[in-house]
Amino acid sequence: MTLELFLQHFFNALTLGSLYGLIAIGYTMVYGILRLINFAHGDILMLGAYFVFYGTTLFCLPWPIAVVVAIIGSAVLGVLMDKIAYRPLRDAPRISALISAIAVSFFLESLAVVVFTGLPRPVHQPEWLVSIITIGGARLMPLTLLVPGVTAILVAGLLYIVYHTKPGLAMQAISKDIETTRMLGVPVDKIIALTFAIGSALAAASGIMWALRYPQIHPYMGVFPGFKAFIAAVFGGIGSIQGAVIGGLLLGFIEIMTVAFFPDLSGYRDAFAFILLVVVLLVKPTGLFGEKLKEKI
Amino acid sequence: MLKINDLHVHYGGIHAVKGVSLSIPRGSVVTLIGANGAGKSSIIRSIAGLVKGAKGEVLLTRHEGDQPVQLLGQPAENMVRSGIALSPEGRRILPHLSVAENLQLGAWCREDKDGIAKDIEMVYDLFPRLRERSWQKGGTLSGGEQQMLAVGRALMSQPDLVMLDEPSLGLAPILVREIFDIIRHINEQGKTVLLVEQNAFAALSIADYAYILEVGSVVLEGPGKDMLKNPKVREAYLGG
Repeated sequence: MTLELFLQHFFNALTLGSLYGLIAIGYTMVYGILRLINFAHGDILMLGAYFVFYGTTLFCLPWPIAVVVAIIGSAVLGVLMDKIAYRPLRDAPRISALISAIAVSFFLESLAVVVFTGLPRPVHQPEWLVSIITIGGARLMPLTLLVPGVTAILVAGLLYIVYHTKPGLAMQAISKDIETTRMLGVPVDKIIALTFAIGSALAAASGIMWALRYPQIHPYMGVFPGFKAFIAAVFGGIGSIQGAVIGGLLLGFIEIMTVAFFPDLSGYRDAFAFILLVVVLLVKPTGLFGEKLKEKI
Repeated sequence: MLKINDLHVHYGGIHAVKGVSLSIPRGSVVTLIGANGAGKSSIIRSIAGLVKGAKGEVLLTRHEGDQPVQLLGQPAENMVRSGIALSPEGRRILPHLSVAENLQLGAWCREDKDGIAKDIEMVYDLFPRLRERSWQKGGTLSGGEQQMLAVGRALMSQPDLVMLDEPSLGLAPILVREIFDIIRHINEQGKTVLLVEQNAFAALSIADYAYILEVGSVVLEGPGKDMLKNPKVREAYLGG
């Protein structure tokens, strides 16, 4: 393989991995706080992409404004989802909330089929994002560089919120001990709503970038990225934000590089992710950066 | 300051608190003494809003002459806003956050940054060992240090009433004495203290008033000093 070709694969992997990581953050944050796998997370990604699609076509909004509207809209949806489907089940057994999450996922997908129809729709890619440029011999689209860049900025912002702000401190506290945090006067439900808002906003951002990268949207487009990102979150250690990002990047590299070096295996690309999930669950269920299960009494 | 009338707590089929009435006057140290399962923690947790289905009256009069406010039925997150703070049983330190962060969480409802910084210093003066460990994670502290942190965290919300649930549990005797000295000090600073203890001798020594609980009911009450001399109490709780 030539260096140029390798670089091309490298940046493709970086793009895909960034998207996985960004989506995985939503899974990991909600899991960290509620011990709930929010299966509807991938569908928020789909809705985020649709919001931009209709924003730019139906309402003729300029791209940047459509993106902002879509992200805010998705964040609001995330909060509503928590309020309607998860909050009433806060004290119920965990399995109830999980089933509710599956229901929300089917509901959003079916709703999208009814409202947007099941037909895949082509997404218009702005010219400057996809016109090929050459860097060090590698032929790249600016989009391939933009996605990791935007991801890095979003992750940095998120880490700042979680580790250097008051609501972030509350999120960290809730993840360990909800009752004690509540007793200290923290409005726990509001902080959980904020967590859903942030996770959903990141899902929408990744959905929009996903639609630009693979320029077609349909009501089930969130399912597979959702599964993959979930695997990335487990791989990195569910509950850990850094783990989600690194898990996402590694999964992106595994998928792209295996296909690049072993083209014969390209048909099995999706299988790699699931094999990885099985292996991680068997060998190291807490993932790369997962919380240790041992606790001091 | 706090009056409890006919408090009942049920857990499933178990009647853990059976019509307890208490009075906690402003500025006093009141203690609840009793064996495991006597209902002490249930009472304190009911006041804090942590027990669903507690019945009866928990009336708070925050300032002299105020209309009493019913606390039962209010969510736990309102407790500190009513001027009550709890150092819970088992300390419940957040193990992955630093000592300083634990203290900051205790001051969640306050916006005065300078005041919070000043109160963190106040806690460090009270417990110098916490200052040395301020960047250490809560989970790495010893049991005694965690207890100090739990008490310090409760003080961070500037409460009028401090509730301490088993602060001496599992501590070495020298630390028990230190904790009780601090409790007395906190009371001298003008805070009302509700103390739940199994260490009856230490608790009665500093209490203005004591209630003795057995299987969910008050069986005996009176000033702490009198209780220390009471033959029944001596026999049951102080080893004769």
